[in-house]
Amino acid sequence: MSANETTPRAPADFEKAAVGAQATVATFNEETPSLLRRVQHLLHVHPTAIPALVLVLSVAVFAMAGGQRFLTAFNLSVVLQQVTIIAVIGIAQTIVVLTAGIDLSVGAIAVLASMVMGKLAVTAGVPTPLAILIGMAVGAACGAVNGILVTRFRLPPFIVTLGTWYMVFALNLWYSDSETIRSQDIGETAPLLQFFATAIPIGDARLTYGSIAMVIAIALFWYLLSMTAWGRHVHAVGDDPEAARLAGIRVERVLMSVYIVAGIVCAFAAWMMISRYGSASPQSGQTSNLDSITAVVIGGTSLFGGRGSIVGTLLGALIVGVFRNGLALSGVNVLWQDFAVGALIIVAVALDQWLRRVSQ
Amino acid sequence: MRKFASMLVAGTAAGLIAALVPAAAADKPIVGLVTKTNTNPFFVKMREGAEAKAKEMGVELRSFAGKVDGDNQGQVEAIESLISAGAKGILITPSDSRAIVPTVEKARKAGLLVIALDTPLEPAEAADATFATDNFKAGELIGQWAKASLGDKAAAAKIALLDLNKNQISVDVLRDQGFLKGFGIDLGDPRKNGDEKDPRIVGNDVTQGSEEGGRRAMENLLQRDPSITVVYTINEPAAAGAYEALKAVGKEKSVLIVSVDGGCPGVKNVKGGVIGATSMQFPLLMASKGVEAVAEFAKTGKKPEKSPGLDFLNTGVELVTDKPVAGQPSITSADALKKCWG
Repeated sequence: MSANETTPRAPADFEKAAVGAQATVATFNEETPSLLRRVQHLLHVHPTAIPALVLVLSVAVFAMAGGQRFLTAFNLSVVLQQVTIIAVIGIAQTIVVLTAGIDLSVGAIAVLASMVMGKLAVTAGVPTPLAILIGMAVGAACGAVNGILVTRFRLPPFIVTLGTWYMVFALNLWYSDSETIRSQDIGETAPLLQFFATAIPIGDARLTYGSIAMVIAIALFWYLLSMTAWGRHVHAVGDDPEAARLAGIRVERVLMSVYIVAGIVCAFAAWMMISRYGSASPQSGQTSNLDSITAVVIGGTSLFGGRGSIVGTLLGALIVGVFRNGLALSGVNVLWQDFAVGALIIVAVALDQWLRRVSQ
Repeated sequence: MRKFASMLVAGTAAGLIAALVPAAAADKPIVGLVTKTNTNPFFVKMREGAEAKAKEMGVELRSFAGKVDGDNQGQVEAIESLISAGAKGILITPSDSRAIVPTVEKARKAGLLVIALDTPLEPAEAADATFATDNFKAGELIGQWAKASLGDKAAAAKIALLDLNKNQISVDVLRDQGFLKGFGIDLGDPRKNGDEKDPRIVGNDVTQGSEEGGRRAMENLLQRDPSITVVYTINEPAAAGAYEALKAVGKEKSVLIVSVDGGCPGVKNVKGGVIGATSMQFPLLMASKGVEAVAEFAKTGKKPEKSPGLDFLNTGVELVTDKPVAGQPSITSADALKKCWG
């Protein structure tokens, strides 16, 4: 804004009082922002910058501390395999958290779907592709139950999924009789369930189909969230459901779709779980919900909804994987592995809060 | 809407409770069973064994479980409600052997017989009796077998130890240290895992006793030393996970895996060559003997005896392998399939 540009004229009698007063209209005070503010702004615009930086740093630190064993192509491909399942379940968690919800039932849905797939294909003699589809349908149904309770009954997602977590896990134990289906039996009757375990050797590294599937899933959801109307609606609903409603977004329908998609993604993770562990065990995935929330938070997605990224979640899962693997290789006691992951979470949330101040 | 919802919830809750609570028999003595979790097949089978025996003896069984391994709070609540229900005795697999002791004392003061199953209390005499596998012996058997199977190669073995979790509970330590003693390795402190100095040990890692943990731990230890030749595992699910990790790098034929448990999937894995040898334990026997003891106590006031030389009643352990070694009694996987649980 520049100064007032009306042509000057002789003041009328009563205006004489104002002679000598400032005649400029209000202007903005344009200071150059401090470096810190600029960094803050940059990180606010690119939420994946922090986890990317942390990942690079932690790899560098473990490469120096962990010696040659850590920084081999083979070991890094092992870390990639170790995080595939949490990263995929993390996709489900991310879309729910983007809507300012949280899903504690993700691990239970995955383990139930894996037992359905395993039991149908191995003991009931259902063709494997059909068994996988039914498993996916079970995942979708669990997600739909979460969605209905959140949208129709207006219950908080935390409470809903806390309840369904227990219920789905109990169903899983009942359905499977708490019995594990052995890897060798699956290999004989339903090898398709172990599809993702196939590895392509690239030099020393072993790239499993599971790792590739994870990258494809991350790419797909990155596209859906940033390039489609559905993705924008998900962000809008998480940021301010009331504003979204006024803008003509059908909030209930968006929330419903998010929980159902999360259920389907968990069922897909179930198939990957069977591939990685070989067997289908009703005991697996017991900490997946907290592990996936950890990946989401460290990946820079805000638990208050509306801001975050799928790529960040992958980075978050990788950071935790690198920490655990690196510390284990250095022979660090498990206690301190857990301690380190806990510290990471706190730092990530503190950063998130600091970035929010930019937008206020 | 709100009214409808709360009516629906109330209706569902009432319906659930009606459906889940069996009609209690008024005059039958009550026996409580408190397990660590209701997810692990070992405890599931234990409950089934106790239920069958309770039916046969004409007593009423009430089962409780912690939410997760290590959930002491849930077990405390279970014992408290059994005291209020006027139970005659409690069978418990303690999640936290030390923390549960004051609650157990409360039960014994109230006149209940308390028997620890599978995991002794600390101190063991805090319970009236303990019915358990000799876990140290279970470890020792597979350690001796592994050493004898390797023959001359035992001196240059590279050993990976896949333990349970970071809490170092008694079962975890007894099996691990038993294995090392059987293999002929100096234990350092026999109450601690992971303090041994023998250069043959590549390292310890934790598995949570599950396939996923077994695979991850094996992957990490293989990174530390790819030339591992012997893998000790806390239980058979962990062994199955470790095998998957070895298979992924083409080492499944050259590495010896030993384990403890005797669950049916584990015994089948002995048959299939996944596990070299496992020590079988008998959870059904622990539970049914426990129910018998409480029924006896309710009738005559007599308390159970201990096995000679031990501070608990040993429910037995058997080595299962299809590659027996000279001088060590064992049963084949085919025989074991007739006795296995889960």
